[in-house]
Amino acid sequence: MSIPTSSVEQVIPEQGAMAQPSVRPSRRRRLRFVSGGKAATGLAVVAGYVLLAVIGPWIAPYDPDARSADLLQPPSAAHWFGTTHLGQDVFSQILVGTRGVMLVGLTAGVVATALSVLVGVTAGYLGGLADDGLSALSNVFLVIPALPLIIIVTSTVAGAGDLVVALVIGLTSWAWGARVLRAQTLSLRRRDYVEAARATGERTWRIIGFEILPNLTAIIASGFVGTVIFAVMSEITLAFIGISSVSSWNWGTILFWAQSQQALAQGAWWWFVPAGLAIALLGTALALINFGIDEFVSPRLRSAGRSRARTADGRTVRMRVGFTPVLAPRPASPAGSGQREEAGR
Amino acid sequence: MTFLLRRLAFYVFTAWAALTINFFIPRMIPGDPVKSLISRFQGQLSTDALHSLYVLFGLDSDDSLWDQYVDYWRQLAHGDLGLSFTAFPSPVSEVIGDALPWTLALVGVTTAVSFLLGTGLGVLAGWRRGSWVDGLLPVTTFLSSVPYFWLGLVAIAVLAGPGSFFPSSGGYEPGLVPALDTIFLGSAVQHSLLPAATILISSMSGWILSMRNMMVTVAAEDYITVAHAKGLPERRVAVSYAARNALLPNVAGFALSLGLIVGGTLLVEIVFSYPGLGFLLFRAVSAKDYPLMQGIFLVITLSVLVANLLADVAYLFLDPRTRKEG
Amino acid sequence: MSEPVLEIRRLSVDYGLGDSAVRAVRDVDLTLHRGEVLGLAGESGSGKSTLAYGLTRLLPPPGVISGGEVVYHPVDGPPVDVLTLSPTQLRAFRWAETSIVFQGAMNSLNPVHKVSTQLMDVIRAHQPGLGRPARLARARELLRLVGISADRLDSYPHQLSGGMRQRVMIGMALALEPQVVIMDEPTTALDVVMQRQILSQLAELRERLGFAVLFITHDLSLLVEFSDRIAIMYGGRIVEQAPAAQLYGAALHPYTDGLLHSFPALRGPRRELTGIPGAPPDLRAMPDGCAFHPRCPRAFAPCDSRLPRLGPPADAPDRAVACWLHPAPEAATR
Repeated sequence: MSIPTSSVEQVIPEQGAMAQPSVRPSRRRRLRFVSGGKAATGLAVVAGYVLLAVIGPWIAPYDPDARSADLLQPPSAAHWFGTTHLGQDVFSQILVGTRGVMLVGLTAGVVATALSVLVGVTAGYLGGLADDGLSALSNVFLVIPALPLIIIVTSTVAGAGDLVVALVIGLTSWAWGARVLRAQTLSLRRRDYVEAARATGERTWRIIGFEILPNLTAIIASGFVGTVIFAVMSEITLAFIGISSVSSWNWGTILFWAQSQQALAQGAWWWFVPAGLAIALLGTALALINFGIDEFVSPRLRSAGRSRARTADGRTVRMRVGFTPVLAPRPASPAGSGQREEAGR
Repeated sequence: MTFLLRRLAFYVFTAWAALTINFFIPRMIPGDPVKSLISRFQGQLSTDALHSLYVLFGLDSDDSLWDQYVDYWRQLAHGDLGLSFTAFPSPVSEVIGDALPWTLALVGVTTAVSFLLGTGLGVLAGWRRGSWVDGLLPVTTFLSSVPYFWLGLVAIAVLAGPGSFFPSSGGYEPGLVPALDTIFLGSAVQHSLLPAATILISSMSGWILSMRNMMVTVAAEDYITVAHAKGLPERRVAVSYAARNALLPNVAGFALSLGLIVGGTLLVEIVFSYPGLGFLLFRAVSAKDYPLMQGIFLVITLSVLVANLLADVAYLFLDPRTRKEG
Repeated sequence: MSEPVLEIRRLSVDYGLGDSAVRAVRDVDLTLHRGEVLGLAGESGSGKSTLAYGLTRLLPPPGVISGGEVVYHPVDGPPVDVLTLSPTQLRAFRWAETSIVFQGAMNSLNPVHKVSTQLMDVIRAHQPGLGRPARLARARELLRLVGISADRLDSYPHQLSGGMRQRVMIGMALALEPQVVIMDEPTTALDVVMQRQILSQLAELRERLGFAVLFITHDLSLLVEFSDRIAIMYGGRIVEQAPAAQLYGAALHPYTDGLLHSFPALRGPRRELTGIPGAPPDLRAMPDGCAFHPRCPRAFAPCDSRLPRLGPPADAPDRAVACWLHPAPEAATR
């Protein structure tokens, strides 16, 4: 499980003293986020997964359930990722399983994000008692360990399918986003243009819809991505420990069978390595998108593009907080501004 | 002290909410799997045990919901969590009591170490941007995107196995009797190395990253510039001014993500068949041992609440602004 | 005029490196004399704060000093160029010779440490021989100096009012009795009453301790009262420099004139408030010639093509201006 402490919470501390998404980012700024290397890479990989989720079952070379005589074969030209103890093709299982993983991840993400926006923005905008109540509610959900709760709920629902799993995950994992959105809504509400809209008697839903929500886009997106990561991990976990239905394929199911058939003891590494790498790649891609969003919201976090420079007289100076580098040659000699070109190299 | 009192009130409220959720979950399920299980043990259950299971799972459908709720609380107050089916006829509280120390030791120690180590590396990465620690970031991102349990599987495949120093499963040498002597403790530590390393590797990157980002944010604060302008030694600026302030949101984040971390680490126990709550939960789930499942959920939730309270106390010491009187 | 204590020569400061660099301070020459108050005024974005942070080398990345010298003259010993100091030397130099009071009264103090800790750590860093009792005594003395009772030593910053915090900062700035104190909008965040209190206290302290002040503000009327000389910045350059009374009496540069008419004077005859039309120049695309010419009501032929040089006009040898209306005798072009 990745720890979601990284993202937006840090960018928007409760005091709100630090960098906040600029008010009404222009369209160009929004697009620039995509052109950042991290986010673009992440988006491309996720797009690839979505494509696989759609076409995976059609392009799979074998029926993932079909047994064959090739029992527990290592990867070969016929079976790219090898076979299971029943001779099933692991590559086909991964391809077919992508759909379930993406479906649950995205559905849970949508459910949780919708809830977090509803709770967070309402609490932040209304304030007062409603805020106290909703904040307490989200804090309760935040503190109660989600995974054990999900495990218990899904295991009491007999034979939970993808949809049930997605709903349970979505209903239990909205609290983080709600908390962050509440804090940000609170600070947005005090901005001049929102105050002005309120003073002129604009309807509440219009203020929320047109003045507040557009400025929360980055945070909502980041919360959505974070929930998808969590949902994918949880779903795979549930399948791995055999709680959700093991009859439909997802990467967790593959790991479940690998574990229960002692793939490790038999040295069948190909049985569990591809699924793990597929999860890791998806998780990394989603995390990259979130880094991109974070850096977009708070440009300070960007890796300092160039942190070193060569001066005219061949010294290397470092960009460093508290010690501004001097590009002028030393010992100090009369230096005009014509030096800038060489100094920059 | 009002800060602490407010937090305490919140945790009491959360505990109440968790226990209430726990009360409602089995009651919302159509058809009761518990009943079928009870009937399997029909002859062997005493009337008391039977009653307590009825109270826990809402099988007294004659009583009003409120009476059921009151009974449920009365029973919890006595520490009665029902009987475990898998460990029949041991009470759930006893089964959990055996597993809890293992989890506390493994998860507690590794979580603390992971937080401290990750925070320390995050300080380095944030203070000296472009240093070698920055190179760690992509690696740790990847590692934290791998499910804990899968990393455990790989660790077992690569490092454990016949003849290896690292045992692949269990909490101690099978022949040993649990006791507080060096042989047993040595064996326990040896068995915990691999699961601990797994948890450490996958959980640390979150701390590195959040602390790095906090350091970068704090480094632009005025008081850091002032500290530089004062000509203080770099170490003092980095530690006592930057890191000291960057730590605050990280500790708050630590408290809030405990629930998530604990969820992940329980899975590592499953992979390593480590005799803690996670493995117990896994066994309870596979055997549909509902009383045990519910009990474990309660204990985990309460432990996380206590850990949260401890983190709040730490925060109180770290941030003078919360210490304000009145 | 007394001897110089800090000489800034042809200082240029950039944001960014290479082709993406933006020059925020251009070839600035400025001299601070021992014990005087030199005011530095200009609109936001004129480069006045960048100049202050640049000369102390406190400018955060991506700021770089791209040329020039900052020569400091100690009371005894040879002059040093601050820009050539190694980090260790720079640390020893800072606060002992030049200290700074920053604009953010709220954020200048570390929120997690007591006032005493923050007063004492600077003494400890520079005078390691001094024991704790002596440091504590000094800290108490500093608070008394700025009119704060000693029982505030154990307070945390959040327990102090804005004015008190800024006074603590001023006391801290005087901890090592520096020759130069740089003040960057020290009273902007405070209310007017507090502003006046702190300024008069500052004037009194300067009388007593004799340090020189580089006082940066956008509020020219404040400077007219408080400083000996005033320098005006526009577009990263000094455009006018003169004794305070002379500048107030007769501004030579049209920009100075505009600034003077942007603020109500606190004392003296009333003036009509007109302000300056237009917006400060974009540092990425500076106009040719005089940077002010697009906004200047009196621009004429040479202004949009040739850069006027800062120099004394023919009729006033002790002041300097960069304007084609008052060309220096040896006015050079670029």
